Amino acid sequence: MHIPDGFLDAKTIITTAAISAYAIKNDVEKARRSLGDRGIPVLGVMAAFIFAAQMVNFPVMAGTSGHLLGAALATILLGPYSAGLIIASVLIVQSLFFQDGGILALGANILNMAVASPMAAYYIYVALKKYARFTCADTIATFAASWFSVMVAAVFTSLELALSGTVPLKTVILPMAMVHAAIGIGEGLITTVAVAYIGRVLNLKAGFGIKNSAETAIDVDGGGRAN
Amino acid sequence: MRKWGVILLTAVLVALILSPFASTHPDGLEKVAENLAFADKSETLMARFSPMPDYAVRGISDGKISTAMAGVIGTVITFFAVFGLMKALSPGRR
Repeated sequence: MHIPDGFLDAKTIITTAAISAYAIKNDVEKARRSLGDRGIPVLGVMAAFIFAAQMVNFPVMAGTSGHLLGAALATILLGPYSAGLIIASVLIVQSLFFQDGGILALGANILNMAVASPMAAYYIYVALKKYARFTCADTIATFAASWFSVMVAAVFTSLELALSGTVPLKTVILPMAMVHAAIGIGEGLITTVAVAYIGRVLNLKAGFGIKNSAETAIDVDGGGRAN
Repeated sequence: MRKWGVILLTAVLVALILSPFASTHPDGLEKVAENLAFADKSETLMARFSPMPDYAVRGISDGKISTAMAGVIGTVITFFAVFGLMKALSPGRR
């Protein structure tokens, strides 16, 4: 749901850019502290994978498509701050090189997908891992985190469009929520498979310090135990 | 091969093989914008400066090959952008 230029007004562009700039500064500080030199290529390949996966639109409903966002994927494997940097980098490359997402809308797109989405994924995942003590809790937490990460971005996008006077909130919120509820299912399926595959190859284990299972937890945003 | 190289290779293969066959329907936001009649507000401010607008490499007439090439180029750019950024910001380098 990359917002193109022309959909947002000046106040929304400036406000979202300011919030995103602060969030990225915070991401950089948190990520660089916890990230060893060996973790750097891991961030790079995660961003590369998410860029590639975002190109593969899958059909949802009649005449509509969606693609992976990847915020939940990166958050579950690397934590929300590294995920923020990864998604923001992907959005910048897409906007500069491929005209996907507006240049002026970059702050809004980063806020929606690289700030709000990873935070939503993080809190949903952590909450479910903490309280859900049944079989497949991992998979359910991953799926739910993915679905909510897309929905939160859709709500943020709707709010920005409404704030800009492009379309009234009560008109846009329901269609945006409905289509992204469907796209979120695709997000959940792809993320579940990708977390298992990438986690296995890179020996990353999601956890965020929650020790309710036999798994060894990694530090919050510790960048995983990268090889 | 380093383990992260396997993921980079996976990413390149996804871009090369899957991206040309992606659905060309409008995405969620585009569809909503069409339905609610604000899609025409979209502007392309940087059209002249965009090297690969809409994931197409200029000069390659075949749409699928063009998308695949743009995908591979973008995947590699993204890898080096994040790798370079994190190297530059890494506390170990002073």
